[in-house]
Amino acid sequence: MSSEFPAPDEPTTAMPASPVERPKSTGLHVGDAKPGVAKIDPIIVVDGVRRTFGGLTAVDVEHLEIPRGVITALIGPNGAGKTTLFNLLTGFDKPNEGSWTFDGTSISGVPAYKVARMGQVRTFQLTKALGLLTVVENMKLGAKGQRGERFWSSLIPAAWRKQDDEIEERAMKLLAKFKLDAKSNDFAASLSGGQRKLLEMARALMSQPKLVMLDEPMAGVNPALTQSLLDHILDLKDEGMTVLFVEHDMHMVRHIADWVVVMAEGRVVAEGDPYSVMQDPAVIDAYLGAHQELDLGVVTGRYAPEGAEAAPDAEVQEKLLAAGIAELEEEEK
Amino acid sequence: MDWLQIFSNSLSSILSPATIGYALAALGLAVHFGYAGLLNMGIAGFMAIGAYGYAISSLSFGFPWWLAILVGLGASAIFALILGVPTLRLRGDYLAIVTIAAAEVVRLLFLTTAFDEYTGSADGLSGYQGSFRDANPIPDGIYGFGPWMYTANEWWVRIMGLVTLAIAVLVVWMLMRSPWGRVLKGIREDEDAVRALGKNAFAYKMQALVLGGVLAAAGGIVYALDRAASPGVYVTSLTFFVWTALLLGGAATVFGPLLGSLIFWVLQTFLSNFLPALVQAGVLPFMSQIQAGTLRFILVGVALMLLVIFMPQGILGNKKELTFVK
Repeated sequence: MSSEFPAPDEPTTAMPASPVERPKSTGLHVGDAKPGVAKIDPIIVVDGVRRTFGGLTAVDVEHLEIPRGVITALIGPNGAGKTTLFNLLTGFDKPNEGSWTFDGTSISGVPAYKVARMGQVRTFQLTKALGLLTVVENMKLGAKGQRGERFWSSLIPAAWRKQDDEIEERAMKLLAKFKLDAKSNDFAASLSGGQRKLLEMARALMSQPKLVMLDEPMAGVNPALTQSLLDHILDLKDEGMTVLFVEHDMHMVRHIADWVVVMAEGRVVAEGDPYSVMQDPAVIDAYLGAHQELDLGVVTGRYAPEGAEAAPDAEVQEKLLAAGIAELEEEEK
Repeated sequence: MDWLQIFSNSLSSILSPATIGYALAALGLAVHFGYAGLLNMGIAGFMAIGAYGYAISSLSFGFPWWLAILVGLGASAIFALILGVPTLRLRGDYLAIVTIAAAEVVRLLFLTTAFDEYTGSADGLSGYQGSFRDANPIPDGIYGFGPWMYTANEWWVRIMGLVTLAIAVLVVWMLMRSPWGRVLKGIREDEDAVRALGKNAFAYKMQALVLGGVLAAAGGIVYALDRAASPGVYVTSLTFFVWTALLLGGAATVFGPLLGSLIFWVLQTFLSNFLPALVQAGVLPFMSQIQAGTLRFILVGVALMLLVIFMPQGILGNKKELTFVK
């Protein structure tokens, strides 16, 4: 991975009239594309991770591998456990049981800040721009290994001034790329919602991560900005980073994802490339709609399919309600 | 009404140890609240530990003044560590609850007769100035001009207090414009975001809690240096006075605590002279002189409320940087 994010030599990316379709990565898995399929080169391997909130099992993943160097989308209905899985993988939450590795080293139970230092950074569903810091200060906060961030050496400007200038230079380059350079000295609180999303993503990139985890990067972003955000995510892949993102917008998933993992009721119910996954009847049932044929419980294997017709509507609604509560709890955390 | 006396007293308080002590304590609180977002409601406890640490090690153990001061500062650092370990992992509001309780525990420990031999219980401690005064290089006599006429010992306390304050301001100023201060401000805004960027938020909050606690203890020592350490001083209202001084000057600023303490004490001294004088002159016929003297504390409370509502950033602060309404 290059340490700099070079200004793109094609200035055309500034305002693409129509997005250029970039080739998808293929041949990522071994054997049939079923839930928990082994990958050729996984960056994250999850084993038997389970997290319950009271009586509700929010996440119950038997086995999951995230392929390296490509863009993986994590989709699923509200309350499927996507954000909870994100929180678990990044050390912001602790599972009841299970283990997982990042880049070959076990990071189960490792605190969030150490996970981030290992090169796995995340963004949040509800954007966390540090409102009363300026945009450029937000960016500089993202850089790793700063000498001036240690208590005693921070008192000696000579020890960190040079490094700080380098970081600022890098921050300004990235801000220029994300079209935020004109705002660099404004408080982040003055940015629009979409600009905060951009800032949060740019700030995450300041740490030069190996894996970028984006929790709903497109939520609340207008269509024009969506296009440039998509391009930024595709650029990450070109620069050798791995991307894992949660998203509800199917067009976006189809457009940029190389691999799609579908979750429902805490489990991985399907995996595959975006086109075949969206043909999968289980996915259509669990997420894309048309659940008149099958109940969510059937998709996740908790009910027998023949009960589907007899299943009273009240029961379906109860499950949806439970799922909704789980989602709310997740957001409150 | 003796206007000259009233103004002379008010101006004299600019250089009083109380003003310098408050300025140091408010600076510590600025590190806690203004920069790290730690809602410390127990600043009086830190000041008490500083003052008593100094007084007890002077009187009971016969330490020289500089060693006794180090003991006071060290004790407050340990107090901050003990307070921080269980509470800093909690959300900010809980720190406020715990610190207000801890400060009361500290005060009651100094008040109880169980340790009378060391703490002097309700009488407090006094007569520990010997070693400090012996170190005074200023020859005996009275120096100064106008309202600022002090003896050699009084100057010695003020000079040492001002030197301490200058060093403290310089250290905080340098810290807050360094990347360390940037991380701290980030934690104030959103702790999770900072953790997601690979910073150990707990360690930073602990460092801030200890630094602010040591500054507050230094304030407590300067405050008690020339007089006595008495448990009646370190009550919860002291905490709120320091908060008022801080918010008046500007919580997220380095010079705000200084300015705030200065204005606070000049106004306090002015009112404590002016209000009884008004009664004497028959302007406030409905209250006694003693009641008029207490009126100023009511005014402090009103001022604190008005500040928080209408000017949360303080005099020197940037309105955009610190508000209580997000």
